[in-house]
Amino acid sequence: MSTTATSETPAPVKNKLSPRRRAQRIRWIQYAVLVLVVLALILTVDWKAVHTSFFNAEDIKLTFTSGLGTAVKNTLLYTVGAFVIGLILGTILALMRLSSVGPYRWIATAWIEFFRGLPALLVLLVFGTLSIPFPGLVIPFDPYGTVWLGLGIVASAYMAETIRAGIQAVSKGQVEAARSLGMTAGAATRKVVLPQALRVVIPPLTNELILLIKDSSLVFILGISAGGFELTKYGRDLGNQTASLTPLTVAGLCYLFITLPLSLLVRRMEARQKKER
Amino acid sequence: MTSTPTRTEAPIVEVTDLHKSFGSNHVLQGLNTTIQQGEVVCVIGPSGSGKSTFLRCINLLEEPTSGSIKVGGEEVTDPDCDIDAIRRNMGMVFQQFNLFPHLSVLENCTVAQTTVLKRSKEEARAKARENLEKVGLSEKADAYPAQLSGGQQQRVAIARALSMDPQLMLFDEPTSALDPELVGDVLSVMRRLASEGMTMFVVTHEMAFAREVADRVIFLDGGYIVEEGDPHQVIGAPREERTKTFLQRVLDPTHVDPGAEDAAYSKRHEGDATSDNVVKPLDTHGHYGGGAGIG
Ligand SMILES: Nc1ncnc2c1ncn2[C@@H]1O[C@H](COP(=O)(O)OP(=O)(O)OP(=O)(O)O)[C@@H](O)[C@H]1O
Ligand SMILES: [Mg+2]
Repeated sequence: MSTTATSETPAPVKNKLSPRRRAQRIRWIQYAVLVLVVLALILTVDWKAVHTSFFNAEDIKLTFTSGLGTAVKNTLLYTVGAFVIGLILGTILALMRLSSVGPYRWIATAWIEFFRGLPALLVLLVFGTLSIPFPGLVIPFDPYGTVWLGLGIVASAYMAETIRAGIQAVSKGQVEAARSLGMTAGAATRKVVLPQALRVVIPPLTNELILLIKDSSLVFILGISAGGFELTKYGRDLGNQTASLTPLTVAGLCYLFITLPLSLLVRRMEARQKKER
Repeated sequence: MTSTPTRTEAPIVEVTDLHKSFGSNHVLQGLNTTIQQGEVVCVIGPSGSGKSTFLRCINLLEEPTSGSIKVGGEEVTDPDCDIDAIRRNMGMVFQQFNLFPHLSVLENCTVAQTTVLKRSKEEARAKARENLEKVGLSEKADAYPAQLSGGQQQRVAIARALSMDPQLMLFDEPTSALDPELVGDVLSVMRRLASEGMTMFVVTHEMAFAREVADRVIFLDGGYIVEEGDPHQVIGAPREERTKTFLQRVLDPTHVDPGAEDAAYSKRHEGDATSDNVVKPLDTHGHYGGGAGIG
């Protein structure tokens, strides 16, 4: 039996590469292409123009001294306010989605699908112009209130789904164990379910925060006075004045300065959770 | 432990004509039993016979479809009954342990004491340590559940339940999820608990344990109590054919009885009526009628 088996194995063909050799060769070709592309870029780009328009030393100085601090502060204010509103609304919506009361579930579902389906820009525009059809309507803390509501409501739709998933990730046995110890439904939720759900939910919610930091740039479409400028609007205005892209470059670096550490944090937390599981 | 002395006090648990259905699946078909103070009752039976459902009905983790369950004289199915108050007096140990993973071992044992019984932190900790000592895990108080073996986790779960000073302990196959070498530790904790006079209602596959520790054994099959009585009689010399077949299989897994294939077949095709329960012992249809098989 063994002799037939060996005689049937095909003799190795000379000029046919083994799969491993072939993969190796393809890898080398990819590296070569990459190096060529980088070289072409270095040779064709006008580095002097890049330097003068993106990293102009004078404009950098000007950007830092004409109110960058206020712009950063406003970006953070818009973001944090919208996040808080989104978190509160999102938690309520998540609990409504999981409720045994039908109408609660329907309302929450309708809200979530509605605001997830619309561009944040459009929602923000509507909130920004509400005072035209309703002259009596005043949103407090203008312009902050308007932005908080507009972005917060959009964020709540996404956060609700995240929080709901977190609550559902806690196994039924946990609630049963808590209840069998005599805990009320509320105590079981507070002491057993929510603490565990929160752990699951913190990384995706931090991602949501990062998205909100970037979405706060949408504020530029609202007619806001200079005191309410956030990073993007600030960079664009200053760029128009100086006919330079440098202010926007600085603004972009400011965003990265905030978002990159957060991204890193999320990755850390996710890795740790994976290990714990 | 060979015979249960006749008791005069009211039973801790009194189950009358208990029915439970999941949709069209009629899982419990009229169970009657009582559990006396200090009694250890073991429930045995094939997989899917409704043992867990029976146990979970007693502390209302499952809502009975009909029938009555009285705990300490109170009807738990009554909507006016404060089920949280009743559960407080009843410890439950699950097959999958269900420890709280975000809390340390000690906190697992104190969280319900402080929130439910309103005990002070110190009092709760003292009680928790006392019970961890009892299950032989006092040195693990600060560990987290994920750092413990299955056997250790289950002993913590027992300590957690005991910390509420329950009058009755429910166990749902507490050793089924454990590696064989870890089963002994958990069983010896339970044995000790029984010898201290704890009232226990135990669903188990450990026949040796049931025979040694139980005051009474209930054999459940197809939603009926088929046989109930002294463990040495039920396990050693069963009267009913279904009990015999079940025990034969459990006590000697290598034994191939001629009906095994048929039994598996009839379980899959539950509509097929069977007339002879010697040949098709796992037939889940009730030849015994409601409430029969007691005593
Ligand atoms: N929540 C539920 N929903 C629907 N059916 C259920 C539910 N719980 C149990 N059942 C069904 O009830 C029957 C009895 O289940 P139960 O868990 O009580 O059996 P068991 O005797 O404990 O079995 P095992 O030894 O495998 O644990 C099974 O047919 C099961 O599918
Ligand atoms: Mg079970």
